Amino acid sequence: MSTPAQMAAKAAQQTTVIPRRDPADARKERSFAFLMYAALAVAGISLAALVFQFVSDGAGALSWNLLTNFPSKVSPETSGVKSALYGTIYLMLLTAVFVIPVGIGTAIYLEEYADRRRWFNRLIEVNIQNLASVPSVVYGLLGLAFIVRGPFSLGRTLLAGAITLGLLVLPVVIIVAREAIRAVPSSIRDGSLALGATKWQTIWKQVLPGSMAGIATGVILALSRAIGETAPLIVIGAAVSPRFLPDGINSEFTALPIQIFAFSKDNDPQFIQLASATIIVLMVLLLAMNSVAIYLRNRFEQKW
Amino acid sequence: MTSSSQTAAPAGGRGADLLRVRSARSVSELVIRAALFAAAAISVVTTVLIVVSLLKETLSFFGDVSLVDYLTGGKWTPQLAGDQASFGVLPLVAGTMYITGIAMIVAVPLGLLSAIYLAEYAPVRVRRVVKPVLEILAGVPTIVFGFFALTFLTPDILRPLFGPEVSQSNQLAAGLLVGLLVLPTIASIAEDALTSVPESLREGAFGLGASRLTTSLRVVMPAALSGVIAAVVLGTSRAIGETLVILLAGGSGQLLPSTVGSPTEDSGSMAAFIASTATGDAATGSIAYETIFAVGFTLFVICLVLNLVSIRLVSRYRQVYE
Repeated sequence: MSTPAQMAAKAAQQTTVIPRRDPADARKERSFAFLMYAALAVAGISLAALVFQFVSDGAGALSWNLLTNFPSKVSPETSGVKSALYGTIYLMLLTAVFVIPVGIGTAIYLEEYADRRRWFNRLIEVNIQNLASVPSVVYGLLGLAFIVRGPFSLGRTLLAGAITLGLLVLPVVIIVAREAIRAVPSSIRDGSLALGATKWQTIWKQVLPGSMAGIATGVILALSRAIGETAPLIVIGAAVSPRFLPDGINSEFTALPIQIFAFSKDNDPQFIQLASATIIVLMVLLLAMNSVAIYLRNRFEQKW
Repeated sequence: MTSSSQTAAPAGGRGADLLRVRSARSVSELVIRAALFAAAAISVVTTVLIVVSLLKETLSFFGDVSLVDYLTGGKWTPQLAGDQASFGVLPLVAGTMYITGIAMIVAVPLGLLSAIYLAEYAPVRVRRVVKPVLEILAGVPTIVFGFFALTFLTPDILRPLFGPEVSQSNQLAAGLLVGLLVLPTIASIAEDALTSVPESLREGAFGLGASRLTTSLRVVMPAALSGVIAAVVLGTSRAIGETLVILLAGGSGQLLPSTVGSPTEDSGSMAAFIASTATGDAATGSIAYETIFAVGFTLFVICLVLNLVSIRLVSRYRQVYE
């Protein structure tokens, strides 16, 4: 009936026709979109409510006195978080002293030196992965049995707390630092080695400066995780509401999360309000650290 | 780098000098290498110390309590004196699983749907804002979530909904908040996995006439399955090990009957029991001290097994793209 040319034209027409959307398909698409938005809304509203609740509750109790007074178990009006704030800052600094060299050293070893065919190097890698999934309360038990008592017997001191928290966040530092070191292209290393630098000179002068932004970000994230941890410090026996400042690494201490815990277990609503205010203090500290991390990442990020 | 020592060397001894410099350099290289290895070994030592410290007390615990009673007993009352004390860990494990279950019912659908939205549907601008917010939320201290459950969710939402018999510490509040706690983690890691699926797969699916929904669920999701599984397993193990939310809002788990009650009653979990008992006061060698290590060891083993399963699953479903 029709000429071959007509048939060809018809075929061409058919293949270029865009198939009509199946209405059932469109319905599915719409209901999935609805599900997604609902999920986002539920998650977003709950998390917003969480923030709103402690901000609105605690804002009234925020004052300089909160930061400059020692905690009191009887009078919420004069109670502050001075010892906890100092304790948290000291803990953070001591933890940094421990995790920065050990974490970066491990990352350099694994990325630059380790021969993955050796079983112990693979063991180190799998082990770090496993350590990252150990619950924080178990690190508290390690701290209690080995550091506070037992072989090290440091007592419930700032140093014992910092070592416990340091071991807890070490995997975070290592994992992030490894990624940063891996991102430095091998051409940089080859160039440095070709100019006669030793392996360590190459690492020290080329690889580390090139990965500094990523490493610093990892360290800050790890430290902000450390200062938010409560469970290990409870287990090793951090002091509750002490009215003194730690006077050295062998002094007893407390930290902001412990203080929040102590306030929030009180039945007096004024202490509950103090707990909210202390959460604000802790969150401001954490946000400040996160902002520094984001700034460092944007400011010093290397484009290769 | 060695030019100064080379030029300073007398012409005749130049070769020997070069050799000496080189060996000094290689010695310091070796020292550095050894120091770095020592740093890496600390993580292995940590694991060994964790296992040793847990096992030591756990073994002496099982000198007093039979392993069978511990693993099959249905009553957890280690606080009671003498014959009243019962060390059946099942209620504690059940409490942990109950709370984890509630948490995952909340966190897995919400987290994965959010991840799919962010990776496949959201405009770039939305993603650029939401992603860092998720990361910050994942870093909010867990005590904040526990505080919210204790001071808002239970008194202001759950009691009006379910009546005054809702206990001040209850599994429902703890489970919901643990779910909210792990949600950002699951969403963030799953989103990373989805975005790392190469664009060409999506283009291929669209080219074959697939809708965005089909592409997301039938093409991108299976391709990112290993990462998505890892996200869910990591969230689960965080929920199992979570302490503070349950300690504040779920119950301490110090005295548990043989039946696990309704979600509006308090129960507690393994981690909460450890933290509520080990406040630094338990005397070394006492049964209370040994108990926390036995429970800690149980918790450690559960999380370890979960992690090993996750590593297996991830490597089985991993798809490698160029």
